[in-house]
Amino acid sequence: MGRQGGNVRIAAASLAVVLSLSWGLPAFADPPGNPAAVKQDEDGYWRDKNGDPTYKIAPEGTVDFATYAGFRRYHSDCHVCHGPDGMGSTYAPALADSLKTIDYTTFAGIVVNGRKDLINGNDKVMPTFAENKNVTCFLNDIYIYLRARSQDAVPRGRPAKHEPKPATYDANETKCLAGD
Amino acid sequence: MRKYLLATCVSAVALCGAGFAYADDEQATLQKDPKQFTTQRGNYAATAYSELNQINASNVAKIAPAWTFSTGVLRGHEGAPLVIGDVMYVHTPFPNIVYALDLNDDGKILWKYEPKQDPNVIPVMCCDTVNRGLAYGDGKVFLHQADTTLVALDAKTGQVAWSQKDGDPSKGQTGTDAPFIFKDKVFIGVSGGEFGVRSWVSAYNVKDGKLAWRGFSMGPDSDTLIDPTATTALGKPVGADSSTKTWQGDQWKIGGGATWGWYAFDPALNLMYYGSGNPSTWNPKQRPGDNKWSMTVWARDVDTGKAKWVYQMTPHDEWDYDGVNEMILTDQKIGGADRKLLTHFDRNGFGYTLDRASGELLVAEKFDPAVNWATGVNMDKNSADYGKPIRVKAMSTEAGGEDENTQGICPAALGSKDEQPAAYSPQTELFYVPTNHVCMDYEPFKVSYTAGQPYVGATLAMYPPKGDKNMGNFIAWDGKTGKIVWSNPEQFSAWGGALATAGGVVFYGTLEGYLKAVDAKTGKELYKFKTPSGIIGNVMTYEHAGRQYVGILSGVGGWAGIGLAAGLTKPNDGLGAVGGYAALSNYTALGGQLTVFALPNN
Repeated sequence: MGRQGGNVRIAAASLAVVLSLSWGLPAFADPPGNPAAVKQDEDGYWRDKNGDPTYKIAPEGTVDFATYAGFRRYHSDCHVCHGPDGMGSTYAPALADSLKTIDYTTFAGIVVNGRKDLINGNDKVMPTFAENKNVTCFLNDIYIYLRARSQDAVPRGRPAKHEPKPATYDANETKCLAGD
Repeated sequence: MRKYLLATCVSAVALCGAGFAYADDEQATLQKDPKQFTTQRGNYAATAYSELNQINASNVAKIAPAWTFSTGVLRGHEGAPLVIGDVMYVHTPFPNIVYALDLNDDGKILWKYEPKQDPNVIPVMCCDTVNRGLAYGDGKVFLHQADTTLVALDAKTGQVAWSQKDGDPSKGQTGTDAPFIFKDKVFIGVSGGEFGVRSWVSAYNVKDGKLAWRGFSMGPDSDTLIDPTATTALGKPVGADSSTKTWQGDQWKIGGGATWGWYAFDPALNLMYYGSGNPSTWNPKQRPGDNKWSMTVWARDVDTGKAKWVYQMTPHDEWDYDGVNEMILTDQKIGGADRKLLTHFDRNGFGYTLDRASGELLVAEKFDPAVNWATGVNMDKNSADYGKPIRVKAMSTEAGGEDENTQGICPAALGSKDEQPAAYSPQTELFYVPTNHVCMDYEPFKVSYTAGQPYVGATLAMYPPKGDKNMGNFIAWDGKTGKIVWSNPEQFSAWGGALATAGGVVFYGTLEGYLKAVDAKTGKELYKFKTPSGIIGNVMTYEHAGRQYVGILSGVGGWAGIGLAAGLTKPNDGLGAVGGYAALSNYTALGGQLTVFALPNN
């Protein structure tokens, strides 16, 4: 790099940090921030103060509908690699851990684009889910469920009690699954 | 090398003199030599029984690892290596490397074959990137790759003799099952029941790789190779359009019925036997009808593919009880008469004994008492429901309804037994069966189909049956009466394939990684050794330079690696359920190793 000794060491160190971040995470991952639900949007999803989807769980444990829907949709399309309840498997990471440190935009990017970690002897490939309506129509729900798992706001297993389906949810679901 | 050629020439001298062009009798002859292990499951009948008895019930406690080999791959290792003469052939999960190891030189690598495959096939493999093993015939080693390529390699050099692409991963079609050579053909199936793949069995000529026939699991008779008047089910002709008229509209086109299990062959009857898997989707409400011929035991003519008989075990499946498990062929006496039998331990928890010539159903009993989705199978020949399971309404996920969670169904979707194959000993007339002991809650919901994307439509939670801590059992089964003779509990599902030997010993591997040896008569545990990683492969045995060896691949993965890695949870213990059942990840991590055991050299 043609610099003085000290600068080279610092440059090398920050390069190493960037590289190590990019092994496990996209280079500009932001942690998701305070998950407290602040308001509900017109589709029935709760939002945090940044406007990102989040969960709302009553003190006695009743979860909002999106958290419950996320549990189901996660276990339909994601658990085959990522294990039950976001706990990971022998070949895909525990999203209950990953969601502690990646935000909604990053999450959506990975689901839509897929990921490849080709490490000799243990190739891991996540496909793009962009064409899979069973995932894209429920991206918020899956994120909300995993965010709740990452904060231990919901335990493992099927949420025992949930709020009823919001009025607009059914119509949106049908429209999205059928749509272009 | 000389020994190796001698083995192939032991059959009819005339054929040898003529240059012995075909694999016709070759495999049958090879299988008679107990020193070699020349096909998956040991022989055409898939008994995984070896005549070797140097290792026996009185000395097996003294065996120890004799040599080891790392495969260089860290995913679920299913199947078993083969031994032909002085060479061992080892296969791996994706990227599906093949090694030829010299048994005369401590397993030195004679050659290595690593196919170039698009890694985008990986996410289309629902249940880990496993491969169930190789086949050998006509001087060639056969590999069924993840990307559905069937390749024939020269056994001496590893050079490609021919190569055929059997399917299309962009449509969710992948390869995991081992090829089988029967007569002059090599047979492979296809995986993709969770991707809406309408599945098939392909027969290729061993000699030149040309496709001889292909039989589908559902569709018009011309696709399924069913003859409306000649093909029978439980003795009656199936009639025209027996498959398509049990599906709504065009759904049979994404019908599933995958064929990734173990195949068997009866040379006298010229029939090959295998099972078809679950219909797509997992949501039964979306596919009304019996969904024939998913969940079916098939008997097909090896030369033409024509179906001689079929038997559907779980019509209109509501639980993902794939019918792909192995078909074990035995000749036993039932009711005083000699019968040609086929025994099958299905995912659905029933052990079936059929007449393999006619397809007559003789026995159907639960091989895990916890099974509760059906009370039994209707054995009344005069009933319209003859041969059908007697379903329990409370365990019907369809009756429970979409968006409703049907609870406490046993077995779970991974079945009372998944692909891990059983063995049979003619000495004891018992089957040795590695089983799962897990129940589930199952909730179906609406899904839409996109080619190459999962088409599942249900979510499930798994746990051991109420009151039990063990998630598996290794059992001995009498197929003539349908009874469990002895049962050894295992902490985790017993996910390795069994081997029985003339030494009166039965071997199997456990999910935490133990290779175990038990007494074939009593089940008493005689030996155990913890290998480097969990075992989902099948035990094999061979003899070299006067010593008997027992070999097993270690490398945890498969569906067990998903569902059990993080442990199971207690069912509906109320909110905040604490703890759960043991996590597999507390006992083992990824690995890829072959361990070979023998009695110590004195």
